[in-house]
Amino acid sequence: MSAQSAKNADLTTVIGLEVHVQLETDTKIFCGCPTEPTDEPNTQTCPVCLGLPGALPVLNEAAVEAAVKVGKAIDADIPEETRFHRKNYFYPDLPKNFQITQYDEPVCADGELEISVGGERRTVGIRRAHLEEDPGSLQHVGGNIDNADYTLVNYNRAGTPLMEIVTKPDFREPEETRAFLEKLEEVLEYLGVFDASRDGSLRIDANLSLVPSDEVDDDGSIGTDVLDSANRTEVKNISSHKGAETALQYEEGRQKDLMRRGKAVEQETRHFNETHGSTVSMRSKEEEKDYRYFEEADLPPLQVSHWKDEISIPELPDARRERFQDEYGLSDEAASKLTSTKQVADFYEDVASEYDADLAATWVADELLGELNYRDMAVTDVEGRLDEVKRLVELVAADDITAKNAKEVVLRGMLDDGDAPDDIVEREDLGKTDADAVAAAVAEAIEENPDAVADYEDGDDGAINFLVGQVMGKTGGSADPGTVNQKLRAALDE
Amino acid sequence: MSDDIFITRETVEGADDGPLADTTVAVKDNISTEGVRTTCGSEMLADYVPPYDATVVSRLKEAGATIVGKTNMDEFGMGTTTETSAFGATENPVAPGHVPGGSSGGSAAAVAAGEADVALGSDTGGSIRCPAAFCGVAGIKPTYGVVSRYGLVAYANSLEQIGPLAPTVEEAAALLDVIAGPDPKDATTRDPERSAPYVDAADGDVDGMTVGVPTELVDGADEGVLETFEDALDDLRAQGVEVVDVSLESVEYAVQAYYVIAMSEASSNLARFDGVRYGNSGGYDGNWNEVFGEAREEGFGAEVKRRVLLGTYALSAGYHDKYYKQAQNARAWVKQDFDEAFADVDVLASPTMPVPPMALGESLSDPLTMYLADANTVPVNLADLPAVSVPAGETDGLPVGMQFVAPAFDEATAIRAASALD
Ligand SMILES: [Zn+2]
Repeated sequence: MSAQSAKNADLTTVIGLEVHVQLETDTKIFCGCPTEPTDEPNTQTCPVCLGLPGALPVLNEAAVEAAVKVGKAIDADIPEETRFHRKNYFYPDLPKNFQITQYDEPVCADGELEISVGGERRTVGIRRAHLEEDPGSLQHVGGNIDNADYTLVNYNRAGTPLMEIVTKPDFREPEETRAFLEKLEEVLEYLGVFDASRDGSLRIDANLSLVPSDEVDDDGSIGTDVLDSANRTEVKNISSHKGAETALQYEEGRQKDLMRRGKAVEQETRHFNETHGSTVSMRSKEEEKDYRYFEEADLPPLQVSHWKDEISIPELPDARRERFQDEYGLSDEAASKLTSTKQVADFYEDVASEYDADLAATWVADELLGELNYRDMAVTDVEGRLDEVKRLVELVAADDITAKNAKEVVLRGMLDDGDAPDDIVEREDLGKTDADAVAAAVAEAIEENPDAVADYEDGDDGAINFLVGQVMGKTGGSADPGTVNQKLRAALDE
Repeated sequence: MSDDIFITRETVEGADDGPLADTTVAVKDNISTEGVRTTCGSEMLADYVPPYDATVVSRLKEAGATIVGKTNMDEFGMGTTTETSAFGATENPVAPGHVPGGSSGGSAAAVAAGEADVALGSDTGGSIRCPAAFCGVAGIKPTYGVVSRYGLVAYANSLEQIGPLAPTVEEAAALLDVIAGPDPKDATTRDPERSAPYVDAADGDVDGMTVGVPTELVDGADEGVLETFEDALDDLRAQGVEVVDVSLESVEYAVQAYYVIAMSEASSNLARFDGVRYGNSGGYDGNWNEVFGEAREEGFGAEVKRRVLLGTYALSAGYHDKYYKQAQNARAWVKQDFDEAFADVDVLASPTMPVPPMALGESLSDPLTMYLADANTVPVNLADLPAVSVPAGETDGLPVGMQFVAPAFDEATAIRAASALD
């Protein structure tokens, strides 16, 4: 039975991803131009990235170093030697009308990445990851590339190092791709080779096909002949994790619908329309692209096998999560939250080194991340103010303010109004009454309420609550009720 | 009668002093000169003014040279006669009515006519040695990696090198000393150990040297050329050289392999000339793809189109293995053949060109004959080796050049052998 005639109930979705990430290096991959984005078009260019006649590429080894870091992080094979090829095709954003990329000798091959979907951990195979140069960018005025009045070309982006990461067709649900992309981005950020906040730093092509479920082996693998016989669509123009999930959900539904109606899925390239959350067929005049790959003779092969040993990478999220559980006695959930980004994890360790690890976990994982999440903010939005958050934890740890006030008044005030914690404490008069004041209030309450004292001494434990209330009243509510309770009992039991 | 030598005449003064102070240099028009248009002999680049200097041009300026102009050449280096230039042919100054050879015909003619003391050319498959031979001057094609290609507009980037042309081997070697050496802007440059300047090797001291003559590069050559070549060998024998026959079986495939590789690389190197920034970009109808096609149709000459199309074909799916990969295998074999030959001899000698200079207009309509004239020069590019062409005499009043090929990075040996004929 072919996939085309199968009933939907018998179909398994097969998805693979090609993820392009811009590697964060100071300069471009084949010249010395800066990679920092700028609004002035065509200002960060030189003969090399403009592809001027006679200019030659020289490999920026920092890009290779970043690629080897990624290779180590995904446990990929780093070959003895890596080299570059030319991918030949005409397109107005390509300065040379060919792209320098890697073909049969990529810098990383055969890696994997562990992801967590619905609390279950799974491994996604990574076929290869290679380096290439980013093209320039186009601005079509008055239409799209086929009917614009004119098109402006900006070469600032041309030559930004890109890494293309190609997964095996290991995804079975669109949701899984989102988990993968989140994890990948997290790892890349941990490695310090990627800046998610940069516009266009992540671009995704996804392919999806449906195969008969009875062709799926018990271990979940699918034979290449089965995959080859299923018609695949490739979805381009995806630029976010959410977008990947949406595009693939749409595509999965569209293909199932076609099959339900007995129609064939066409093997084609489709364009993701982010606004509508749908995919549309691209004009398929170039059915089978022939890129005429051949060696880039201007770049000699690079020996990289020894780089793997020489380049070290920081502790990665999975290892750090496990260490947080062991070292700080955190739950899996708390440890996962605290290792979600390197910045959060670093901040947590900074706080935990000075204050109680549990208190630090509560304040970083629950209070700070919770309040940020509620405001649709991320740690990156307050990265300049982490010292203030730490000061807030210090105030709580020193018992200078109540936890309740710290969260509800100080932290929220910090995030909403941008004030410093000490200013809020002073302005709102949140400073906890000091021990002497509490002791004085306790003495006063005992002296002023002989009846209640007598009831307590007669064994009426409820009387203590009345006295606590009196002390709280005298201290304007700033004292800690538990402490007051203790102090009253101590005084009365003397 | 030298109006046809330069595409652009423009004087650029170098530093006040240096080894080339008081020396005038003509520069082939595919070598980028800041502020001076660099056309590659093509309509496509008729208005292109580079914003930067090629590394060799910077080195000329630092050495105090005076650049006198940009010389005519076959369009993008694709030719053996300088007749494919969009700016017209150049007449051979020492053999009127004949071509100066190519593709660096303007540079050789400039030296032969005394328009410049020395010149720079580029050699992809013989483009320095052929015009040197045809114009009766000396020319050096360095080992791949000895001279920076930064700023040399690429035709076939795995094969070509910039090199000097001069009245004598000694002067050519002195110019090579100025332009050679590693360049951080060209990742393929090397820094070979050199005990002395190249010019020191031009001492003509060949006593005791063994010169191998590859029979495959002599068989089939023009009779007059062979006579001149044999006379030159006798001259060398008289100076103490031992001449032995050697065999390079692989060179039978060299011309085919060379053209497949050169055209394949050319199809990619010339892709950037699409009318957006070079050539005519306006006035066409259709989408960008059609506009690119129109601009290329209009901007390129027939020989360039022929080579770009053949190269595209050779790299295409289904043909890549049959042509491009086979050609790479042949290239490896040619290299190996030369290596083996150098186990027994110090240097190899052959006529530079198997024929004397063709009459103007004679070969333009017959590309295959033109390609076969490169039989003796292209194996050297396939093997990345250094070679020198030196005037060996004349046949019927037409210059004949003799080529000396040495092991990789051993320019000195080829220069020494050739200088014995200076
Ligand atoms: Zn640049």
